[in-house]
Amino acid sequence: MLILPLLGAFVIAVFFRGANARHAALFTALATLATTVGYLVNFTADGSFQWAVDLPWIPQAGIRFKLGFDGIGMLLVGLTNLLLPIIVLSTYDKEYKGGYYALVLIMQTALQGVFTALDGITFYVFWELALIPIYFISATWGGVRRIGVTLKFFIYTFAGSVLMLLSLLYLYGKTPDQSFDWQQLVAVQLNATEAIWVALGFFVAFAIKMPLFPFHTWQPDTYTESPTGGTMLLSGIMLKMGIYGLMRWMLPLVPEAVHLNSIFMALAVTGILYASVIAMRLQDIKRIIAYSSIAHVGLIAAGVLTFETTGMQGALIQMLNHGINVVGLFLISDIIEKRMHTRRLAELGGIARQAPVFAVLFMIIMLGTVAVPFTNGFVGELLLLKGLYAHQLWAAVVAGFTIILCAVYMLRIYQFAMLGEAKEGAPVFADIRGVELWALGVLSVLVIVIGLFPQPILDLTAASVENLIKLK
Amino acid sequence: MQQLIPTILLLPLLGFLFSGLLGGRLPKTVVGAVASLAVLGAFFGSLYAFGQTGPQPQWTVKVFQWVAVGDFQIDFGLLVDRLSVWMMLIITGIGFLIHVYAIGYMHSDPGFARFFAYLNLFIFFMLLLVMADNYLIMFFGWEGVGLCSYLLIGFWFQNESYGKAARKAFIMNRIGDLGLLIGIFMLFQLFGSLNYQDIFSRLPAMRMAEGALTVVTLLLFIGAIGKSAQIPLYTWLPDAMAGPTPVSALIHAATMVTAGIYLLVRSSLLFQLAPVTLDIVTYVGLATALFAAFIGLRQNDIKKVLAYSTVSQLGLMFLALGVGAYTSAMFHLTTHAFFKALLFLGAGSVIHAMGGEQDIRRMGGLRAALPVTYWTFVAGTLAIIGFPLLSGFFSKDEILAQVFAHSPILWGLALLSSAVTAVYMMRLFFLTFFGDFRGTPEQRGHLHESPAVMTWPLIALAILSVTGGVLQIPAFLAGEKGQWLSHWYQTLPGLAGGHVGHLSHTAEWVLMGTTTLVVLAVMWGSYRAYVIRKKLPLADTQVRGIELWAAQKFYIDELYDAILVRPLEKLSGILYHIADNRVIDGSVNLIGVVMTRLSQFFRLVQNGNTSYYLFGMVLGLILILLLNYVI
Repeated sequence: MLILPLLGAFVIAVFFRGANARHAALFTALATLATTVGYLVNFTADGSFQWAVDLPWIPQAGIRFKLGFDGIGMLLVGLTNLLLPIIVLSTYDKEYKGGYYALVLIMQTALQGVFTALDGITFYVFWELALIPIYFISATWGGVRRIGVTLKFFIYTFAGSVLMLLSLLYLYGKTPDQSFDWQQLVAVQLNATEAIWVALGFFVAFAIKMPLFPFHTWQPDTYTESPTGGTMLLSGIMLKMGIYGLMRWMLPLVPEAVHLNSIFMALAVTGILYASVIAMRLQDIKRIIAYSSIAHVGLIAAGVLTFETTGMQGALIQMLNHGINVVGLFLISDIIEKRMHTRRLAELGGIARQAPVFAVLFMIIMLGTVAVPFTNGFVGELLLLKGLYAHQLWAAVVAGFTIILCAVYMLRIYQFAMLGEAKEGAPVFADIRGVELWALGVLSVLVIVIGLFPQPILDLTAASVENLIKLK
Repeated sequence: MQQLIPTILLLPLLGFLFSGLLGGRLPKTVVGAVASLAVLGAFFGSLYAFGQTGPQPQWTVKVFQWVAVGDFQIDFGLLVDRLSVWMMLIITGIGFLIHVYAIGYMHSDPGFARFFAYLNLFIFFMLLLVMADNYLIMFFGWEGVGLCSYLLIGFWFQNESYGKAARKAFIMNRIGDLGLLIGIFMLFQLFGSLNYQDIFSRLPAMRMAEGALTVVTLLLFIGAIGKSAQIPLYTWLPDAMAGPTPVSALIHAATMVTAGIYLLVRSSLLFQLAPVTLDIVTYVGLATALFAAFIGLRQNDIKKVLAYSTVSQLGLMFLALGVGAYTSAMFHLTTHAFFKALLFLGAGSVIHAMGGEQDIRRMGGLRAALPVTYWTFVAGTLAIIGFPLLSGFFSKDEILAQVFAHSPILWGLALLSSAVTAVYMMRLFFLTFFGDFRGTPEQRGHLHESPAVMTWPLIALAILSVTGGVLQIPAFLAGEKGQWLSHWYQTLPGLAGGHVGHLSHTAEWVLMGTTTLVVLAVMWGSYRAYVIRKKLPLADTQVRGIELWAAQKFYIDELYDAILVRPLEKLSGILYHIADNRVIDGSVNLIGVVMTRLSQFFRLVQNGNTSYYLFGMVLGLILILLLNYVI
């Protein structure tokens, strides 16, 4: 499952050109998805790590290549492999070369590695490996300001990663037999001062990646300037690395710094309001979605930081949901931009009448984002807010404003872009069909199915979450 | 019953899927018929359930477990008891009539199938709201009806102001929903369950602080304020009239806006233990009843008048709830559903005949051209103002009597509000149907009675509006036997004590006589003003003083704009341009700039001259030795 995309990437890079590269990439992504489904069927959600790989890598330094799937890893690997075919599909009408698809597939391998690594260095290597393809994707196929913007993104997140590495190294130094093994790192006891520094190292790295307020300023520019496929990778999957990092690495490794969580939570919750209020007035659809993502991720992070069952479970299912919804939204923004040659709300309007199918699917994805009952977003936000409520009342109340503000900015996009009359001289908007319909259709169905029957997904991660909470 | 109950819910959902997926390709008659039949089927199902729901039996169906995280376990469960089955009858019964009416009203609209899909979806969510067996699934329906309301207000979405009205409704509802959601969390925290039966059965055993219950009930009430358009979250409802008229009748008069009343009645056991909340409910209800009635006095859009009247009548129901008269509130909810649906559909028939005109200043003398509409409108108007023996007379009288038993001052104010209601309703009625025709010649030529598919629902609703009072005839007139609705609700916990006040028969006679006199006086006064003297409302530019304030809805929208919307927008700009781009991003970039400068400095050091490097090494060694010595 992990190697498949990597192989695909090499094959594509070497052998395929033009449209064939696209087909080969789609084939690889679908084959990986099929394999994932096979694994998922055979998966026992008992909280243990399954299909573990444990090879000596640099034995002198206690570094092993160690991977394993528990429910959490399985969910996120599932998310990655589910979204990949859609991300590939979304670029089907673009003239991207094979190199683009090779990079996307390398990214897929790296992301899966991040979500399953059980060794500090393995984790770090995959973490950095994921950064390189996305840098090239954005810097090569992005918008006008891509070079400066992606450079900033690269340096910023890289700086964060170095802090994480320092924290890992410090913990490594404290292990009895000098090992980077996750279990060994978990077992390390720190005193209060050490814990603060180590936790801060992790937190800043993860906060930049997600990004959380106030480490977010690379994000709107990068999301806006990257090609849509890149934005989808960044927002749909890559930002989950940060949340996952909090969940698997920061909290279990430094439970001694648990008192810092309320400060981190305050940042996360502030970010929800901050980003939502900004999103209310912006004109560029992609930028609005970017800020809305900061708000949504803030809520997810706050849920993780409760370090309690409901909040963590809510965060996990919402990571999946956010991936689906945000990819849907960026796809929508791309479809609009392709036809209308603008993403500015003031220049749009009247699309719903010309493209009823598109209007319905956009509506469903939007409702999922706004978290209306019977959509996936509601399950996640309900559990997150419930978890926050039980943990810290004020946080739940403040974070709760997201259900009002999110409605404000999402309905605003929908009204200005879709409703009303078309502007003078605007191009005719052809309704979606073919790959666009498939991609958006699959996402819309997922929005409703998960909203109706969320329990299987919650069952998948329940035992693993309990295991993590025991480490508190 | 175990199969029937989910089926009732499923029928409108299937209707929605049918119209939504296939409707565009089928003839309109098929779509309209299938949608109406789906609701009719649900009505017959509810009727059967109504027969099966005795004093004790209540039916619960667990469809599936929706979510279980730790101890937070929510079943998708349904409950049919005497309260919910009554609501189901109203929803599906009136819903069916309005579906039929809409076949005629929407016949030339290109969005016909979409319209019926939304209507069916609304019926589904509304049924879910009343049939849920726990607060969270109720919340599903609660938000779902809000969504349908949004879709239907903005049904003619090409019009930008309609889209804006739809957005406003959704957002204002969401403000209430946040309160409700936090209330739901708190209920779970207190009771460890969200199931109605669990909560109410655990209630007596719990010696909990009154404070906690006060907060919970206030949070639930915030939800009700949003959904039922009470002060301060009422301004969305008049704007909601942008939707097609059948929608105004079904959603924004007869059913959805009564969800707040249902919520409070359902939670009556909680509210009874929170006297502070009940007082707040009383005053909010009364204030809304009065305030909206006064605005209604100076509105000239036929649907806006009815909208403010709805806000005002809902206020009256909350007033009843506040004084503990739950059965009276349910009674008025029922009769109001009859006559307000009728009035809206009648108004729709008028608008239809006038070719889309809604300003009553350009109507007049429509009596002759629209006989069925006229006579049914008579029934509706008399019912709402409380003309003796019509449905509204009994239900309003019961509320007033209960309020009087609570406090004569409140009674006086409530009476004032119903007097004002009578004034604006008579004004509306006379200006529309009496006097000379004031529209354009084309409109005069266009005047016609609506087709039978629209008039039959009017007639059915008119019969209900006239006779609905028999559900609950005051005990001093017909003895205990007349109190059918009270008997019906008697076995429901919390509703049994519906009658708080006990008045002497004489007192009840006097009260009833007073209200009757007030109504008759208003009718006579309005007749003189609008029919004999042919008084006409002023043009917008001529209105002065307090009338101008009423005509301009007391500038509440402008106030909200000035204190909430615009500051928030301003804040948004400040956060984006200054906080985000300058302060936060600026500091990040500053680090970058500093780094670049430093690297330029260090680059000077690496000049390739070996002697410098050696010098550096020696310096370093000396430093290390020195430091070692010092430490």
